[in-house]
Amino acid sequence: MLENLLDVFSWLLLSAGGFFVFVGGLGALRMPDFYTRMHAAGVTDSIAPILIISGIILQAGLSLASVKLIAILLFLLLTGPTASNALASAALLAGKEPGQARPFDKESLS
Amino acid sequence: MYHAVTIALILTMSLALIRAVLGPSLYDRVLAVNMLGTKTVLLLSVIAFLFGRPDFLDLALAYALINFIGVLAVLEFFRRRAEQARSTDSGES
Repeated sequence: MLENLLDVFSWLLLSAGGFFVFVGGLGALRMPDFYTRMHAAGVTDSIAPILIISGIILQAGLSLASVKLIAILLFLLLTGPTASNALASAALLAGKEPGQARPFDKESLS
Repeated sequence: MYHAVTIALILTMSLALIRAVLGPSLYDRVLAVNMLGTKTVLLLSVIAFLFGRPDFLDLALAYALINFIGVLAVLEFFRRRAEQARSTDSGES
């Protein structure tokens, strides 16, 4: 009974993680501007690892694998925002202005 | 269920690759490559359980560190180059 509940819960987490990963990838491809693309890519850097790795941890149970998974999750959560921050500040320093794109701007979509 | 997540991850990685090839500016490419690296870590940890081989988790851990260091090194290089270009511009004018 409890195992079935855990299975269902981890499947829910895994499919929600897959959904967020796909939405973030679609946004990173389709958004009109660099900073809006960064916003979309941030979804796949923050919430998708939490959902997917906690879903796998529920399947793994208490073992060495779940300790490694928690270490991977901590590394991803520490390094993802740091890399995003460095990327945004480097782009801003190089003279890219935010807020230039209009929605459905055909030229910037290419 | 692992299959669905694996397919979503591979689709997203191909979308990020398309963005890395298309990307008008350099920073778009760096963003797409960083995203590809994060998705690779997730894909490795999902594949470890899909194939029942927990050794892949060590690879995922190592890849997370390598990806982070690589992106930071590339950004530092670009930042230094942009600052150099700016200083030579102001020196000439």
